[in-house]
Amino acid sequence: MKVAIVKYNAGNIYSVVHALKRLGVEPILTDDAAQLRSADKVLFPGQGEASQAMGYLREHGLDEVIRSLTQPVLGICIGQQLMCRHSEEGNTDCLGIFPVDVLRFRPQRQEEKVPHMGWNQLKMDNGQWTTDNGHLETDNGHLEMDNGQWTARPEGTLDPSRMDNELFGGMKNNAYVYFVHSFYVPVCEFTTAVTNYIVPFSAALHKDNFYATQFHPEKSGAVGEEILRKFLEL
Amino acid sequence: MLAKRIIPCLDVKDGQTVKGTNFVNLRHAGDPVELGKAYSEQGADELVFLDITASHEGRKTFTEMVTRVAAELNIPFTVGGGIGALADVDRLLSAGADKVSVNSAALRRPELIDEITAHFGSQVCVVAIDARQDESGAWTCYLNGGRIPTERSLFDWAHEAQERGAGEILFTSMNHDGVKTGFANEALRRLSDALSIPVIASGGAGAKEHFRDTFLLGHSDAALAASVFHFGEISIPELKKYLQSEGINVRL
Repeated sequence: MKVAIVKYNAGNIYSVVHALKRLGVEPILTDDAAQLRSADKVLFPGQGEASQAMGYLREHGLDEVIRSLTQPVLGICIGQQLMCRHSEEGNTDCLGIFPVDVLRFRPQRQEEKVPHMGWNQLKMDNGQWTTDNGHLETDNGHLEMDNGQWTARPEGTLDPSRMDNELFGGMKNNAYVYFVHSFYVPVCEFTTAVTNYIVPFSAALHKDNFYATQFHPEKSGAVGEEILRKFLEL
Repeated sequence: MLAKRIIPCLDVKDGQTVKGTNFVNLRHAGDPVELGKAYSEQGADELVFLDITASHEGRKTFTEMVTRVAAELNIPFTVGGGIGALADVDRLLSAGADKVSVNSAALRRPELIDEITAHFGSQVCVVAIDARQDESGAWTCYLNGGRIPTERSLFDWAHEAQERGAGEILFTSMNHDGVKTGFANEALRRLSDALSIPVIASGGAGAKEHFRDTFLLGHSDAALAASVFHFGEISIPELKKYLQSEGINVRL
């Protein structure tokens, strides 16, 4: 299996390389369009700043390449954010694969530190997800999508079919994964796992062949390893 | 909920852990990679590897160790010790470290924090502060592992580090370090309440209750310890079960 990692100006790609090697895959790190297009799986990981990352991707024509990929693609952390429509970080237009806008965390209380750093839980109660206080907080408006694609669902639920996602099948609810980020993707119709921090946000997204996680599966112990394994098996 | 983190710290000299000979049934307890893996399997949330080597040769060995740790470990780890320039950060991140901790070099030349965060992002930059409280109650920062006092106040420096882009503050109380009577919770609370970035408590862990107290009273986001873990005085699974029973959210 040919697994390619998108090479660009984002940091900490090595941990993904190591994680794939632990799963018996020798990934190639490349910014070459032909190499990326011919790979069986493409990972788009990294940490960094959105406007600089997008600038680099555009300069190297990688924005078009990533958008047009047809094999399974997994965005991680800033990768997930760059796959969205726009990011509040640097007021940046992104790839637009997921029609949702990335927002900055706005702490409400002193103990809500930013970056959101550390281990937090994926909410997947049998196809339903719940927030820590048992209901979905809608007073912040984060759940409304401006192009009318979001439809109001009963409080605290998402379409169950979306939750039985290929990457999370069989995973127990409330599993811990590792996050480091200051911006987040609001819950939207492409959300496949929710995490609560300041607000409920999209810990994972899925649309067609595009998958994304806000957390770092490569740093999330056995749970993360299983997610990466499932992605490689898609 | 975001879990409170438990972070064992390993001192490394010439590629070998300095403490840790009394740890579980490891055949190579002196091997930082083996020890790190054992901690990871026990439920450590992150690890810190501190290079206490002085020589250039030792630095090279440490970087090689970082590469091996990155290849084997599936949890985040921070490396520190002797980081003086952006090139050191680049070398260690390229070897696979998730974060670097800077201490004396940043206190001497605070712009180092701006440089690191501009190049690699805030999330990689942990600013470690060693401070001591004097008789008047004032907390003062120290250089070179606590050997050289400065004029800087702990709170003042921590705030500047945050403003310069630090992703986390790792505060070691020299008054509490090695005494095993608990963390400096009063100072930690003041620090944590004044900052918008996470604070890691260090220095003073001697019993499970001390971890509870630093989370509840000190408002710490994470707690770091060395000898109580290395010498098996506290096991991480037991500690986490205890913290959970005390109503503290931990990753189990």
